[in-house]
Amino acid sequence: MENFFKQAWAGLRILLVLTVVCGVLYPMAVWGVSRIPGLHGNAEATDTTLVAVVREGDQYFVPRPSAATLPASGGSNKGELNEDYTKVIAERRTEIAQREGVAEDQVPQDAVTASASGLDPDISQEYAELQVPRVARASGLSVEKVRELVSAGTGGTFTTTVNVTALNRAIDAAR
Amino acid sequence: MSPLVAGLLQVGILITALAVVYRPFGDYMARVFRSEKHSKLELAIYRFGRIDPNSEQKWSTYAYGVLGFSFVGIVLLYVLQRIQSVLPFNFERGNVPEGMAFNTAISFVTNTNWQSYVPEAVMGHTVQMVGLTVQNFVSAAVGLAVAVALIRGFVRHQTDRLGNFWVDLVRGTIRILLPIAFVAAIVLIALGVTMSIKSGVDVDGQAIANAPVASQEAIKELGTNGGGVLNANSAHPFENPNEWSNLFEIFLLLAIPVALTRTFGQLVGEKKQGYVLLSVMGGLWAAMLAVIWGAEASGLRPLEGKELRFDVAGSAIFANSTTGTSTGAVNSLHDSYTGLGGGGALLNMLFGEMTPGGVGTGIYSILVMAIIAMFLAGLMVGRTPEYLGKKLGRKEVTAAAVSILAMPTVLLIGAGIAAILPSTQGALNNSGSHGLSEILYAYASASNNNGSAFAGITVTNDWFQSSLGLCMLFGRFLPIIAVLALAGSLAAQKKVPVTAGTLPTTGPLFASLLTGAIVLVAALTFVPALALGPIAEALL
Repeated sequence: MENFFKQAWAGLRILLVLTVVCGVLYPMAVWGVSRIPGLHGNAEATDTTLVAVVREGDQYFVPRPSAATLPASGGSNKGELNEDYTKVIAERRTEIAQREGVAEDQVPQDAVTASASGLDPDISQEYAELQVPRVARASGLSVEKVRELVSAGTGGTFTTTVNVTALNRAIDAAR
Repeated sequence: MSPLVAGLLQVGILITALAVVYRPFGDYMARVFRSEKHSKLELAIYRFGRIDPNSEQKWSTYAYGVLGFSFVGIVLLYVLQRIQSVLPFNFERGNVPEGMAFNTAISFVTNTNWQSYVPEAVMGHTVQMVGLTVQNFVSAAVGLAVAVALIRGFVRHQTDRLGNFWVDLVRGTIRILLPIAFVAAIVLIALGVTMSIKSGVDVDGQAIANAPVASQEAIKELGTNGGGVLNANSAHPFENPNEWSNLFEIFLLLAIPVALTRTFGQLVGEKKQGYVLLSVMGGLWAAMLAVIWGAEASGLRPLEGKELRFDVAGSAIFANSTTGTSTGAVNSLHDSYTGLGGGGALLNMLFGEMTPGGVGTGIYSILVMAIIAMFLAGLMVGRTPEYLGKKLGRKEVTAAAVSILAMPTVLLIGAGIAAILPSTQGALNNSGSHGLSEILYAYASASNNNGSAFAGITVTNDWFQSSLGLCMLFGRFLPIIAVLALAGSLAAQKKVPVTAGTLPTTGPLFASLLTGAIVLVAALTFVPALALGPIAEALL
């Protein structure tokens, strides 16, 4: 036991120094670097398009469903065989089909499933295309113009996605 | 690009990147732990700690060092959380409740990084940086130190000295983790990860919590820690904004455990000994990736709990790597995985975290398993087994068995009690076999110091906070004590000359034997429990 306390005492002293190095100096240095202009446009995430929020009104594209209760990010954590949740998904599908005026089997997967973060900024190209007529109608923009904005907001290397946040801001700007 | 091609491309890029750094990084780590010289910064740290860096320790003193250092780490982290209301940058997130602070302190000191708290609501920036980030570094360095001590046990002969814990700890932190984490944090920032000291940011009228993410994100992956700076962990766009940051984070969490096989080969003076371990780790990693990816791609609703930018492949590669190392960060919600996919993630942990395992813990766990494998082979031919020039007698095999059996023991006792407690029913997010999987996953994650979760389960009652805390504690330190005792008795031995009867441990025969041992031990221990959880679910 004596050896344990002797080692723990040394450990406390070492831990305090390492706390200064790894817990104070290191994050401060990284923070300092993050302020270098051009390295990162937006380390504070102001005007970020990394996260999606629901914008009120038919003139906006709707992001994926969110199971997050902000400020906590997160998802549904519902398993595949959860019957209650299967009903929730079916309701979402019906609702979206009615909103967009299409058949239920045209509603894509990403439109009815909650993302992991609850803040997923992206939707699939299929889901974006599904929303184009409604957005065009409500925003007063032409269908061609809205499609053009969608394609400007489309990107990705391995997976092609449409950024809803950027797209909705582009719609604001175009009106 | 079809999803299959896109996924394979990502796997290819990941493996190429790991292959590029494998030799230089593995050799560098070997040099760090072999070097006789101390840097000025290190000497200053030793002076402050009143440590003589040139004195060497017996295994028991080394173990007391690990335990003493971890003990003060838990106390300090607990106190920091309990006084949060007076710390700066707390954003009116008050003192963390006792049970939660206890659980979190153990969780981060044991390199588990299990989170029973919601960071956005509970942790201010000061505790995140001064408390949690520090343990992200040093808990990984402790794992490295124990691994190096075990390797010295094989390399040294007729000595009772295993090196100096403080020197190994400080070098691991200062020479390996800190510089790489710093560079990685800058890369992450360039890729779009945030680094904010404000509480949040307004996005089109909605307040979204933010944090100094990049600095913690880098060491969270590099140190195979895995505790999310924000609740959604690496699924949160501020932690993992795009496909490239995703690949980079997977690379970071695999880099050290993979390269340590090279370090091991260098230190024992025969690189093939390291390659064979890498082949076993890699083989199981690849097989489990095929299981998880395949299961998810053919699920009923593959996008539930996944981020669209990662899609199924990017999520499956992350899930397989985070559970195969003891990281536990997640970029998708394992709770929403299919029976087989989620079961695969669970099985990765039940292998005992050695495919390739955590920083240091992976290599020492697979070396212990190699001893078990050689012991089994020795039984078959009726010969005293040897490994790396050391006889595996009663002492060595006993220590190895204790190290291997500690995890299943605390896991099954904990999960068993939890399953029959009436209060558990209300804590589950799914019913039936998936509910049991949530319990099993929680105890597997804690006992293996992984930290990922079937996160639907609510683990904030006193039973879960304390029992999972104890599982993390025993799952971490019982194997460490056994491994250091093993190292001590190996170092005391003479070198056994290689004879015609020695089983070579560099070829495919040994690789199969070791793979078989890993799979068999997990299967014999866990099949009954798995049959009621994920296996039942997969068959329904």
